[in-house]
Amino acid sequence: MRPATRWAARFLCDLPLVSCILFFAELARSVPLGINWSLFFGELVSGLTLGSIYALIALGYTMVYGILKLLNFAHGDVYMVGAFIGYFVLHWLGGPLSPAVTGWFAVGVMFAVAMLGCGALGVGIERFAYRRLRDAPRIAPLISALGVSIFLQNTALLLWGPQFRDYDTFDLVGVKSYHIGTNFFISNVQILTISVSIGLTIVLALVVSRTRTGKAMRATSFDRDAAEMMGISIDRVISFTFFIGSALAAAGGVMFGLVFGQIFSLMGFTAGLKGFTAAVVGGIGSIPGAVLGGFLIGLTEAFATGYLPGGSVYANLYVFALLIAMFLIRPSGLLGSPAIQKV
Amino acid sequence: MSSQGGHQGEDLTAVPPERLDAIEAGVGTDEWVAQAEERRIARTGLSGLVQRGWEGIPPAGHLAILMGPFVLFPFITNEGNLYRYGLLTLLYALLALGLNVVVGFAGLLDLGYVAFFGCGAYLYGIMASGHTGHHLAAQWAIPIATVATGLVGLLLGLTSWRLLGDYLAIVTLFFLQAFVIFVNNANGGLNDFSYPFVGKVDLTGGANGLDQIDPFHLFGLHITTTKGYYFFTLISLTLLMTMLFFVNRSRTGRAWRALREDPLAAETMTIPVNRLKLLAFMFGAATAGFSGTIYGAVQSGAFPGDYDVGLLITIYAIVILGGLGSIGGVVIGALIVNGAPELLRSSANARFLFYGVLVLALFIALRPWYKPLIVLFGTVAFGFAVHGIATAVWSRGTAGHIDGGGAFGRGLEHWVLLPARTNTIAGWAYFALVAAALVLTLVRGWWRVVVLIPTLYLAAFVWENKLVEQVSGATRLILLGALLVVIMNVRPAGIFGTSRVEIV
Repeated sequence: MRPATRWAARFLCDLPLVSCILFFAELARSVPLGINWSLFFGELVSGLTLGSIYALIALGYTMVYGILKLLNFAHGDVYMVGAFIGYFVLHWLGGPLSPAVTGWFAVGVMFAVAMLGCGALGVGIERFAYRRLRDAPRIAPLISALGVSIFLQNTALLLWGPQFRDYDTFDLVGVKSYHIGTNFFISNVQILTISVSIGLTIVLALVVSRTRTGKAMRATSFDRDAAEMMGISIDRVISFTFFIGSALAAAGGVMFGLVFGQIFSLMGFTAGLKGFTAAVVGGIGSIPGAVLGGFLIGLTEAFATGYLPGGSVYANLYVFALLIAMFLIRPSGLLGSPAIQKV
Repeated sequence: MSSQGGHQGEDLTAVPPERLDAIEAGVGTDEWVAQAEERRIARTGLSGLVQRGWEGIPPAGHLAILMGPFVLFPFITNEGNLYRYGLLTLLYALLALGLNVVVGFAGLLDLGYVAFFGCGAYLYGIMASGHTGHHLAAQWAIPIATVATGLVGLLLGLTSWRLLGDYLAIVTLFFLQAFVIFVNNANGGLNDFSYPFVGKVDLTGGANGLDQIDPFHLFGLHITTTKGYYFFTLISLTLLMTMLFFVNRSRTGRAWRALREDPLAAETMTIPVNRLKLLAFMFGAATAGFSGTIYGAVQSGAFPGDYDVGLLITIYAIVILGGLGSIGGVVIGALIVNGAPELLRSSANARFLFYGVLVLALFIALRPWYKPLIVLFGTVAFGFAVHGIATAVWSRGTAGHIDGGGAFGRGLEHWVLLPARTNTIAGWAYFALVAAALVLTLVRGWWRVVVLIPTLYLAAFVWENKLVEQVSGATRLILLGALLVVIMNVRPAGIFGTSRVEIV
């Protein structure tokens, strides 16, 4: 192709992007100038909090995709189940108003039980819904995943109802707010959320890069058949991946409950969508990418709510626009490497 | 290919007819495939007879057999039934046909399909309704809405142009979410966008929906009755099926199938993979948009709640039941998926259907013939035993009643446990049922029979105490979700589809 033709083709492909940019440039004219630092820091902190939850969900997506090349649509619903397990554990411990143990200990137990329970759920899902389809045409496991997602979501709707359930974080641990200067406020729950999220990610990164199991995971992700020939038990590695991913999603679910105080049975759909968006934006298959993407999505959502026109109802549309922009500019994601198809 | 336990031989006999074309053309033939014809003829019994009879009829005959009952249906039923069973089934079939091109022909997972359906309804509504004050005649509004929806599909497809495939699924799913958020809020209200150049506009009527949509005025012909819309949809569906039949045999159709089976191989054969994928995606979007205009006009309104994931799953279930890539199967799938929940609407009907399907599934899935009989009688005896013990030691466990079940319901009251307070125990029983069903997939032979008996009883218990409460809501979607997983694992080509032949 001659250069002129090539540029014309490029331009045609980028037409949606160009129109997107023009549209947002026009919208941006209505953004208030002059910085309100209190609003800015408020959105920053809430964006980081949201982002740390999305990052945990994104990790599960990215790991499963890295190994199986499968979009696990049920992942968002596993996150929802995690939030509900946390809720039931809380009530089993006596409820937020009169806990049998101290508040922070209760939170620890909630995290532990939810992570274990959802880890088992994830392993079960893989075993019964995906394992037989590993070598099937690409579309079969995707539809199966869709079925699992609908199944989990409506099971929650049937058994636990559509109503909101209260975590009552305020009564449980007593929300304290710390402030630095006059404008920067952060609560203890937000600190907990962000630090637990970062902590879990570091642990995960160490597991993947330093342990034998991690090495097996990387090998499986690189080439499943070759890894199997080297004596790696593929089934066990994949189960382990699902366990870790689902456990992280469950931690995210419990965090959501603690931060926002309320959970509901349809919360998994949107969160799963954004978790996946985070994984894609960060570069699917890359662990640091998932975390970066998670924070980016969280910040986008928070700042869109605060600053962009119609942001209070259209925040998700802006996240969608970010996803589309990412596809157009850098399809392999921020930290991802371009996919090379092996034959 | 799926190989499930004992009846592997039966699976082997199911060979797709389109492969037979391939043999005639001398493409991709190997020994096993070459013998497909013999194996097919070797199929014995009633099913073989039906299959050979069906394949002996020319394609036009297939169409007549499938659509004939639909032509007669309006003359033997009333207005309400015509809408619920007739028109909705046809609309679902039309939608599923479009999705079949995307999923079945081209192998793309389009999860925003319902958004295109909504797009069509809203676009038609914007062009012709009392809400917006425009009244464009339908012969202009329908094509414009259809083409515009197709273009939206094209734009959406273009964004993931370089990565069509997995990423399309997530982009379209997010598109559906964005669409629902948008139509819920784009009423020119306080929180809405102020659009560049035009300011705030009431586009969709927000959460209340876009009302007073005009009925069709096609070239001076006014369609106002359900019967009119029914025949309009029927004609469209027939035309589309005929068109797809020819498209499927054309160069494009063959290329679609090739890239569905192996995009890389198709690309090396110089098939323009991405362009064809986009074409299929756009075609699907346009079909959905077209169905949307009909739906909008029939309902005389477009409401945000109609275009959600529930409908998406329904359409997917239709396509998958009918068989990916099968044109006629879509109609049968639509009949089943639309008909069953309508029958489920009254709990007495739902009960008959539930137990009927369980018994039927038992007789289909278990071979030889005496095994299902053993399970059936075993379950009945098991139930009476459990009920008898419960009456003696746990009187509250049998205190509940079945409402409006007739003689069958009264009989069930003596068989299935009905605790007075069901909520907690039914929840645990539900988990136990799921666990038991999963265990069933792991055990073989006589163990399966042994596990089946308590599982069936548990299923009846959960059904009577929990599932029956939300038959048309959560229960329906749970069953559809489970259906998708089961079909994908057991018979990926769908019930009426034909299984893939793998040539290595």
